[in-house]
Amino acid sequence: MHYENRQYPFKTPPELKGEAPGKYSVAIIGAGPIGLAMAIDLALHGIRSIILDDNNVVSVGSRAICWAKRTLEIFDRLGVGDRMMEKGVTWKVGRLFHGEKEVYNFDLLPDEAHKMPAFINLQQYYAEEYLVDRVNDFPDFIDLRWLSKVTGEDIRDDGVTLHVQTAEGDYQIEADYALACDGAKSGIRNRMGLRFEGHTFEEHFLITDIEMAEPPFESSSPERWFWFKPPFHSGQSALLHKQPDDIYRIDLQLGPDADPIEESKSEHVIPRLRQIVGDREFKIDWVSVYSFTCAMLERFVHGRVIFVGDSAHVVSPFGARGGNGGIQDVDNLGWKLAAVLKKEADPALLDSYDEERRHGAIENIMNSSRATSFMTPKSKMEAVFRDAVLNLARDQPFARHLVNSGRLSVPCSLEGYPLQTPRTTTRGLAPGTPCPDAPLEGGWLLNKLGGEFLLLTIGEKKAGKVLPGIRELHIKDNPDVVAHYGENMIYLIRPDQHIVAAFETSAAEPEALDAALARAMSKPVLETIR
Amino acid sequence: MNSRLTPEDRLQQHGDDFYELLMKTHEGLEFEQSAAVNARLVLILANEIGNLDILAAALARAAEE
Repeated sequence: MHYENRQYPFKTPPELKGEAPGKYSVAIIGAGPIGLAMAIDLALHGIRSIILDDNNVVSVGSRAICWAKRTLEIFDRLGVGDRMMEKGVTWKVGRLFHGEKEVYNFDLLPDEAHKMPAFINLQQYYAEEYLVDRVNDFPDFIDLRWLSKVTGEDIRDDGVTLHVQTAEGDYQIEADYALACDGAKSGIRNRMGLRFEGHTFEEHFLITDIEMAEPPFESSSPERWFWFKPPFHSGQSALLHKQPDDIYRIDLQLGPDADPIEESKSEHVIPRLRQIVGDREFKIDWVSVYSFTCAMLERFVHGRVIFVGDSAHVVSPFGARGGNGGIQDVDNLGWKLAAVLKKEADPALLDSYDEERRHGAIENIMNSSRATSFMTPKSKMEAVFRDAVLNLARDQPFARHLVNSGRLSVPCSLEGYPLQTPRTTTRGLAPGTPCPDAPLEGGWLLNKLGGEFLLLTIGEKKAGKVLPGIRELHIKDNPDVVAHYGENMIYLIRPDQHIVAAFETSAAEPEALDAALARAMSKPVLETIR
Repeated sequence: MNSRLTPEDRLQQHGDDFYELLMKTHEGLEFEQSAAVNARLVLILANEIGNLDILAAALARAAEE
């Protein structure tokens, strides 16, 4: 079933009716998945925002389709996780081919101890549609303005003036902070003249979404097929996987000499697809040619302008680290910006977003570059090694782990960054670790952690080990939790569900807990008397 | 599959780091030079393993097309 894009209406803003003074705490530029998620996260923290988007539809074409576990957990915290899970496709069996031959296959067993699977496939337009619906749950907190193009900005030390262009006229708004969620071609980044350089890869890829009622797989459960040196075209690799609505994504890496425009003509596309899916009836839903760059900004925070998602960093698509990386930016920034705007923390807290998420972006770029290198050998010897790995992967487990068609997006550890209290024990999980989920009676641990600071006590609870004003969760006799978190431990958890300090309960002095909380808010740690 | 070869992945999380290092070592070399690097590497690793049975099994598996 072909997706019909909803058209979202332009509404005359108060500024054009001469009503509002046009002052806002946060202006978000771009209503893609990152901008929408950002507004929802801020609303959950009690912060009002305005979103400005030059368009009036969600993503045209399926674009980002793989949403990883951590992203789904964040979406769940934002209130769209269940809808995404209900619609999304979870594949279990992966098959790897080298030429005509299947090298090996593997079964991804779901982890029963986690609410969310390793990832789902769901078209970006659905993710955005669900986020728009969720935005509408916060009419007092989020003002979403379609067909409103930001054409310029005046940046000061205490705020930003944005110039907005609409069909009904132009206007200006003032914001304490402007968040650039306007994607890889960010207009605000270009106007600010910020360096955004990196490695551009020469290969072109052809994406085709086809609608096909009869699955190409032997069983009814969805699979992921990946080819090195596919027999049906001259490029180095090909990928097939399933999306909802009987849509299949087929990615063909084109040879270096291929003409992308010519290649995307249906007379070239259809015969190749026939070799993959045989005689099954299908219809082409969307075709797109892309090449890619790995690049990032030197800084994500520029005073009152903060870059989030693709505007700050772009990666190759292998390993699905673009959309997933951007949602993790949102998760990291939301609570910090809210704390600064509520004057609970100094703007210095935002520097930790810059450091922590640049670290994430560097890791994402490294992983996606490695996958790209493996998929596109640059020399004869690199090709020899790649083929040797595929040969050995038939029966050697170590070689299977070297096969790199994209490493699944997993969240980075924030250990060693300044907000985290250095390790006080080798037991349990290290500070900086994203909290692993676990089943609880009638629910899941991550849902119980919520989105505020929390003191998590596991095992024995001792008097006085509390933090005034901080919510507590006590878990006793739960082997799934103990397996990850250890017994008789106290953790201070950040609002983005990362461990920021870990103590053995017996050693968790109240002063140490106070100091950990202060540090997590980027406050100077003072000798406090309770 | 030869039973003398270890069934576990001993590189673990270092697999991708190793592969990148390996590619870097060959970067910019002519194919002949790369082949010579590989030959030296095999000899060094053979000495590191130091067990003829394992080396014989590795050689046999490596010879399979």
